[in-house]
Amino acid sequence: MNQIALKELLFRLADDEVIIGHRNTEWTGLGPIVEEDIAFASMAQDELGHAQIYYSLLHALGEADPDRLAFLRDASAFHCAQLVELPKSDWAFSVARQFLYDAAETVRLAALSQSAYAPLAQAARKFAGEEKYHFMHGKTWVTHLGQATAESRARMQAALDHAYPYALGLFETAEADAAMAAEGLCAPEVELKRVWLALITPILTEAGLALPTAAPVEGGRRGQHTEHLTALLNDMQLVFRSDPEAVW
Amino acid sequence: MLTEAEILTALQDVKDPEIPVVSIVEMGLIAGVEIGEDRVRIRITPTFAGCPAVEVMRAEAEQRLRALGVQNVKAEITFDPPWDSNRISEAGRRKLREFGLAPPRRREGALDLIQIQFVACPYCGSEDTVLESAFGPTLCRAIHYCNNCRQSFEQFKPL
Repeated sequence: MNQIALKELLFRLADDEVIIGHRNTEWTGLGPIVEEDIAFASMAQDELGHAQIYYSLLHALGEADPDRLAFLRDASAFHCAQLVELPKSDWAFSVARQFLYDAAETVRLAALSQSAYAPLAQAARKFAGEEKYHFMHGKTWVTHLGQATAESRARMQAALDHAYPYALGLFETAEADAAMAAEGLCAPEVELKRVWLALITPILTEAGLALPTAAPVEGGRRGQHTEHLTALLNDMQLVFRSDPEAVW
Repeated sequence: MLTEAEILTALQDVKDPEIPVVSIVEMGLIAGVEIGEDRVRIRITPTFAGCPAVEVMRAEAEQRLRALGVQNVKAEITFDPPWDSNRISEAGRRKLREFGLAPPRRREGALDLIQIQFVACPYCGSEDTVLESAFGPTLCRAIHYCNNCRQSFEQFKPL
């Protein structure tokens, strides 16, 4: 098995989850209603749990332990798409991002359930059931806000227009992608993107929202990030880096 | 050499710290038991992958098995098979209900989240209930309201 391709795939999965998980914790105590406070905190807990498991798979392949992978790498070593590192912004943006991200995760986990790397396929089958709750949440809010009032529809559309080019970056490819597909580690990104579009388009139409047309914002999979990731890591890694040898 | 039945009986003492009335056996968390000469290995399949109670239950299971006099004990986390809510035993369902936590309905086929809405109130048994939020105080709980006895209650989520 091509270890370089496998590790790159696992880093993308883990880094997407740990960063969006951290962003979603930022709604704790600030959600517009208490149920949403709890929903975002719960989704964050799932995402951080999934990240820990992906990092554990990397550790089993000879990488550092999960804590060190999450808390001691600099921004340029992260393989997450830029979508997940953007600030949580207003409620509409967080809902739009979560909807687009969870739709992509739904599609990706279904494909990974067939991965030739058995530990990854088992984890994906496990996460897919939990992810159904996340996607239902995003779909419910996008539909509701799209249909509610002129203001909620306009704000939802603006948030979608902002998030969409970055969401396309979830399907960015790099050199290792040919090996990932050839070895049956995951379906090709272009195929995942096609299924993702078929999933989100009817939901947006039903919500009265337009599917944006925009060029993808890429670079994240190659370690190119916005300044927001550095700021996020400064926060997220501060305590661990103050004493990496501490026992908790 | 111990029998599987003796091991499962011992593991009845290990509870989920977030639901301290139901054992890890009744919750369907035990995915496998292997018994050798002075050696026991069990596999635990967690309810939710990010559940913070998993490590506590894993360590307590090892401790409980060592108390049986076995030297070499190992409890491992697995996702094969992935846990689903049909694995909760009838005794487990009854104890969840008594704890005030509605057990998820048994399902056939793949998980469809429409199923989360159809749940009987654990206090009065009425099916005139509404889903308030699919996310609750722990990863595994949803929040509902009973129109009959007019109380909020939680459901252990179907998975």
